[in-house]
Amino acid sequence: MLATDAPPSSFLRVPARAGAGRMRSRGDRVFRLLTLAAALVLPALVAAIGVQLWEASRLARERFGVGFLWHETWNPVASQFGALPFLYGTVVSSAIALALAGPAGVVVAIYLAEMAPSWISRPLGTLVELLAAVPSVVYGLWGVFVLIPWLRAWVEVPVSLHLSRVPLLAGPVYGPGLLAAGVVLAIMILPTVAAISREVLLAIPGSQRDAALALGVTRWEVIRHILLPAARRGIAGALGLGIGRALGETMAATMVIGNTARISASLLAPGYSLPSVIANEFTEASTPLYLSALVELGLLLFGVTLAVNVLARMLVRGAVR
Amino acid sequence: MHRRWVAAWALVGLGVLSLVGGVLLPGEGAPVTITGAGSTFDYPLFSTMFARYHQLHPDVQVNYQSIGSGGGQQQLFAGTVEFGASDAPLTDEQQRAHPTIVHLPITVGAVAVGYNLPGVGSGLRLTGDVLARIYLGEIVRWSDPAIARLNPGRRLPGLPIAVVHRADGSGTTFIFTSYLSAVSPQWAAKVGRGVSVAWPAGVGAKGSEGVAGQVRQTPGGIGYFEMAYAVQNRIPMALVQNMAGRWVAPSVHGASVGAAQAAARMPADLRAVFVNAPGADTYPIAGFSWLLVDSRRVRPALLDLVTWMIHDGQRYAAPLGYAPLPAPVVRRDEEKLRSLRAGH
Amino acid sequence: MRALVDRLMTAVGAAVTLLGILPLLSIVAYTVARGASALTPSFFVATPAPVGAAGGGIGNALAGTAFVVGLALILGVPAGVLAGLYLAEHAPSGPVAEAVRFVSDVLAGVPTIVVGVFVYTLLVVPLHTFSALSGGVALALILLPTVTRTTDAVLRLVPPDLRDAGLALGVPEWRVTLDITLRAALPGVLTGVLLGMARIAGETAPLLFTAFGNPYWSVSLLRPIAAVPLLIYEYAISPYPAWIAQAWGAALVLVTCVLAAHLLARLLLRPGRAQP
Repeated sequence: MLATDAPPSSFLRVPARAGAGRMRSRGDRVFRLLTLAAALVLPALVAAIGVQLWEASRLARERFGVGFLWHETWNPVASQFGALPFLYGTVVSSAIALALAGPAGVVVAIYLAEMAPSWISRPLGTLVELLAAVPSVVYGLWGVFVLIPWLRAWVEVPVSLHLSRVPLLAGPVYGPGLLAAGVVLAIMILPTVAAISREVLLAIPGSQRDAALALGVTRWEVIRHILLPAARRGIAGALGLGIGRALGETMAATMVIGNTARISASLLAPGYSLPSVIANEFTEASTPLYLSALVELGLLLFGVTLAVNVLARMLVRGAVR
Repeated sequence: MHRRWVAAWALVGLGVLSLVGGVLLPGEGAPVTITGAGSTFDYPLFSTMFARYHQLHPDVQVNYQSIGSGGGQQQLFAGTVEFGASDAPLTDEQQRAHPTIVHLPITVGAVAVGYNLPGVGSGLRLTGDVLARIYLGEIVRWSDPAIARLNPGRRLPGLPIAVVHRADGSGTTFIFTSYLSAVSPQWAAKVGRGVSVAWPAGVGAKGSEGVAGQVRQTPGGIGYFEMAYAVQNRIPMALVQNMAGRWVAPSVHGASVGAAQAAARMPADLRAVFVNAPGADTYPIAGFSWLLVDSRRVRPALLDLVTWMIHDGQRYAAPLGYAPLPAPVVRRDEEKLRSLRAGH
Repeated sequence: MRALVDRLMTAVGAAVTLLGILPLLSIVAYTVARGASALTPSFFVATPAPVGAAGGGIGNALAGTAFVVGLALILGVPAGVLAGLYLAEHAPSGPVAEAVRFVSDVLAGVPTIVVGVFVYTLLVVPLHTFSALSGGVALALILLPTVTRTTDAVLRLVPPDLRDAGLALGVPEWRVTLDITLRAALPGVLTGVLLGMARIAGETAPLLFTAFGNPYWSVSLLRPIAAVPLLIYEYAISPYPAWIAQAWGAALVLVTCVLAAHLLARLLLRPGRAQP
């Protein structure tokens, strides 16, 4: 959508500004200040969120220390809190999502940007973008009543009948679980990966394509040998932004992940993600420590998505400039 | 160009309209709003009661959000709601931390064990011990001999048991785990009881609604929820063996027996638990549900509401699958209400 | 042979793309199939019926969504447009602007549940009430970066000749910015607002602990309020077939509005203008 920065036309502004500078009225100064203040609201907000989360999680941080990150038990009754089950669930469901949507998204981007004629790429491109417009809770609704029964009948039960000896696929089939969550997340992040990869590809100068094609190279070979290597960093960034989206996804994941704070090797098992446990338990955290532990989970989530997004954006900017 | 301007102004108009529409649409003329939250156990009963109360008193709106007993307790502590509803009494620790919270028993309900077994109707027999072992993850298939032994003559499919429990803090969980702890020393040692426990097996769902919904959706599923959910959604319910050795289904009568016994020996703070109560007709998985209020912040409107709920409101209980409050308990509630009105 | 590989790869690309679109078609098909039957006239204007009873509707949820979205627009659009103006007009490529752009993208990536937690600690607890206001604030925080970035991008596409002409006539710089540059960019800005509106109308997580939900009509800023996504969530996880049907109906309404907004945005941008 907005990852491309339009080239600024500042060179034309110089004479105007130089001339206006001496005549800058009070209105101009006020206006400048106003817009600057508005612009500074953004970093202020990010900082405020970080600070607030840090403060509100103090109780839990002081009680559990760094061990919170790898403590496996989440037992509110016994006041034992650990983040590991949720980190595990978040990572696994996002990994499944990336494994499915990453390659698919890049392929879609390649197809729409390089291969399809524009009478196809326009409408198909719109449809892929519309995937991103569907609200998360509707994905959840569809996930519960359409996707899970389908997965259960066509994937999970057959797998459990024939492949149950494989630890990754063992265990009873509930329906909701890490696999279901991973699939829903994959569908949700596909448009992100596809859109940004597409922009990265479009940013590669046409001259490279033209030169190669003039030499008699096929389109696919141009893609494979010229465009993809050039777009590598940008595509990595696109994948990163996709993961960033998957990590923070709440409603759809909560409705299909199974809400169980346990670590199992099996993908069919129910799990729990950071956003889901916060959504389910926040309003009922009945002791200050419990609430603080949940806020600490929020802080973790905030930090992880921040890091992933920052890294990914840097990669994309480098590729699209 | 012109077309875009029309569109742009139409959009602005839409924005203004949506805001104005949100503000101006029918409100009911300066109503008194009472906000409460908590137990999903009570939700079917409360929603009917509050709708009826609103018809009788059109200027009073009761906004009840069904977020679980734990949520009801917490939001009351935080002061964001006027009353909480919980099927688990506050622990001693919680009561010490919040001494101004008053318990008002408001209804009695049975926790049904519902299941989804294709080809098997209602009335499957499960002892407390078997239930505990299912929830411990030791019995994993419906065709397990332990279950088959209790149900001769029933064809049990070889489906894996999809255990469903609550993901949120729940009074229903409290009642259910209290029962399991009472009948299974292994459960008591390994897991214990509470509004939220470390479940050894199964999938978590939000609210009794979520558990019932999940069981309905999952072949082989088993879950626990207030009887009303099973009845309203025609979910088959299991027969449980009570202390007298008889097989009983969840029922209003079965829950009332235990409640009446507890009524006779209610402590001063009205926190009484009566799972696994003796008696031939008793349904062993049942309990009180309480309205929790903060004595520092009770409005007359709230007290009027509660007064109605424990008297006229009780007539809505039995048709929905809840037991009416025993008379001694109503009297104790009235005492509490009187003292709350007087201001302590 | 190489031409064959090329054709094959094209076919693979087309197949994967079509596969990727399949879920969208499935969602639309199912919401229409299962939700259409719930869309009676009373569905749109009635409040929810008691649990287990038939009937009722999402009228108050529709009004509630309109209300909090309206609040979010009031809080988020002016700030976002002003911030976008700063980025585009006063420092198009300076370090401060680059930093702010970066931060804006970062803010857009903050999980919405975290925003909900933030607003809960900021507004709900001190005010001792769940409220439409806190819901509106949470949505505004999500809307803000979107509006900022869109305004920034669209403003920078305005040809500088317009600006220079205004300055040459002696109009003060700030008036040029507002009356000429912004006005020229208005359709793009409004498109960004429209898309942002569509997004926040469908958000559930930030409203879970701010707006909270309400079975009645509510016009009060400081009382809990209903919202369509909250209602869909509540009904979807319940066992009642009547509620589940209404969840599909509400989802149909929501998806229709959101998709319509996106298509409208495309229409607004189509004639001549480059994409922001």
